[in-house]
Amino acid sequence: MVIYMLCFVLFCIGLYGVLRKRNIIKIIIGIGIMEYAVNLFLIVLGYRVRGRAPIFSSDQQVLNMVDPLPQAVVLTTIVISLATTLLLAAIAIRIYEKYKTFDITKIKRLRG
Amino acid sequence: MRQDFVLLFIIAPLFLAVGTALLGRTVKQLGFMLSCACGLILCFCSFMVFGLLQKTPAHIFIYKVGGHLPPFGIALVFDGLSSFMLILVNFISLLVALYSFRYMDRYTDKWKFYCLFMFMLAGMNGLIISGDLFTLYVFLEVASVAGYALVAFGTEAEDLEAAFKYAVMGVVASIFILLGIALLYSYTSTLNMADMAFVLATKPQGALVAFVSVLFLAGFGLKSAMVPFHAWLPDAHPSAPAPISALLSGVFIKTLGVYALARVFFNVLGVSQKALFIMMFLGTVSMVVGAVLAISQRDIKRMLAYSSISQVGYIIFALGLGTPLGILGALFHLFNHAISKTMLFLNSGAIEYSTDTRNMEKLGGLNSRLPVTGSTSFIGGLSISGVPPLGGFWSKLIIILAAVQAGHFIFALIAVLVSIVTLGYYLKFQRFVFLGKLNLGLSKIRGIPLSMTIPVVILAAISIVSVLLLMPFAGHFLDSACNALIAGNLYKDSFWSAIIW
Repeated sequence: MVIYMLCFVLFCIGLYGVLRKRNIIKIIIGIGIMEYAVNLFLIVLGYRVRGRAPIFSSDQQVLNMVDPLPQAVVLTTIVISLATTLLLAAIAIRIYEKYKTFDITKIKRLRG
Repeated sequence: MRQDFVLLFIIAPLFLAVGTALLGRTVKQLGFMLSCACGLILCFCSFMVFGLLQKTPAHIFIYKVGGHLPPFGIALVFDGLSSFMLILVNFISLLVALYSFRYMDRYTDKWKFYCLFMFMLAGMNGLIISGDLFTLYVFLEVASVAGYALVAFGTEAEDLEAAFKYAVMGVVASIFILLGIALLYSYTSTLNMADMAFVLATKPQGALVAFVSVLFLAGFGLKSAMVPFHAWLPDAHPSAPAPISALLSGVFIKTLGVYALARVFFNVLGVSQKALFIMMFLGTVSMVVGAVLAISQRDIKRMLAYSSISQVGYIIFALGLGTPLGILGALFHLFNHAISKTMLFLNSGAIEYSTDTRNMEKLGGLNSRLPVTGSTSFIGGLSISGVPPLGGFWSKLIIILAAVQAGHFIFALIAVLVSIVTLGYYLKFQRFVFLGKLNLGLSKIRGIPLSMTIPVVILAAISIVSVLLLMPFAGHFLDSACNALIAGNLYKDSFWSAIIW
């Protein structure tokens, strides 16, 4: 149970970073931390103590195996988070070129 | 197998997008041709799905990808609601692709636009037909990432700022949704929606399901711009190129937000009174806040964006009523709003194309020069604000009747009042932009090419005749969509019987 709570704490740290930080690079890092927290949570869900990979073979019986589905899911979410992080970083670079700052409070030409 | 064509919904836009990315730089107009072809194919396919559904006994059929049986394989589910959304999304995408032919002349690197456009289309189609939650999440992300990139497409300072704001909020929403999916997986050990509904019905509904509901409400609420989560929409929608604003406001927020919300809450989690009340409350707040903020806007697109928040509020409110009449009103309003708002955003693009400004105060008297744009905008504004005999009137009438029938008189009164406010700001828009004397400050007014007026005229015609959808002979289109939601938890039963069939 403790380990799930730690995942949740990590998630909250990431959320804090997104909500409270003023530097847009730190916001992107906060998003990364949130993604890691969810991925870690998924992996921990499928983990069994001393479990092994669920590969079928005729000569032995696998009694205690880890859940393979979360691992497949996490692989996909890692790719997705790569895409989003890349896009965010690209936008951040272009914003720096236009505004000459990373400070989110100074980037406010849009109003209302 | 005769159902194999349904894979085209995902494959066709993805392949054509990659083709555009590879060859678009060398072959001029390839992107436009491919995206129009893609829109045509998918429009045809979605009508074929609709026809196929009418022949199947329970109005649902399942495509098993790779032949693996659910819940282990990936299932694509086609029921009334999916086919309703498919027709709407693909039809509007086709018109938008047609429109963007001349409009996109103002931008460089047009092939990138068409490439992202098709990725977005693939994401929306995949989300609509996916039968398990993780596939839904993946396509939601495909569509969202394409959306963030398209909002930043102009790469002006304002576009980038809006795109960053949108991307950060959208990614946080997606992570909430993923966390909700992970928690549901830990509780039910399955990702298939029907199987999950089955397991949830046998287990006690604990605090975990309530927590997951909150996560989904926040996640999908952010995607559909309900009011506490609406801050990104008025920046993001005006910053995108006009065809994309039309697509974002017309179908994007409805597919990613409203459709996914309805599917997950009605068919998987099962609606509870608390969740319905929260939806109703948030819907009403969105209605009021969106309409009030829209009044004082000077930028045409920004006003339309606030109006979208207000109208999505109507849809969420009607879904939150939970009665059959309310759901019918919600879906019919979704249809009407998609048609009218697409039309208005395309018109705002036409105004920008011919006068190079979107500021209402600098415009005036355009009716003499752009009669088609003026009259279609008038129809669109009247339809959204609910003036008979246009489509929007009937859907709002149904929503208000449903609210009265369910005994929520105060909410019904608010809906009527907001509708009057809506009429007010659309008349203001009409007055400032099209009526009166031609503003002398406008140095040159360019004519609008035919490829930009035809889609708008088609949409205007649909919004005039859309009341026919309520008639008995066209009833299946809306009714089978409503039945998919009204059935609620019975979704799982029809899913399993469809697999056997």
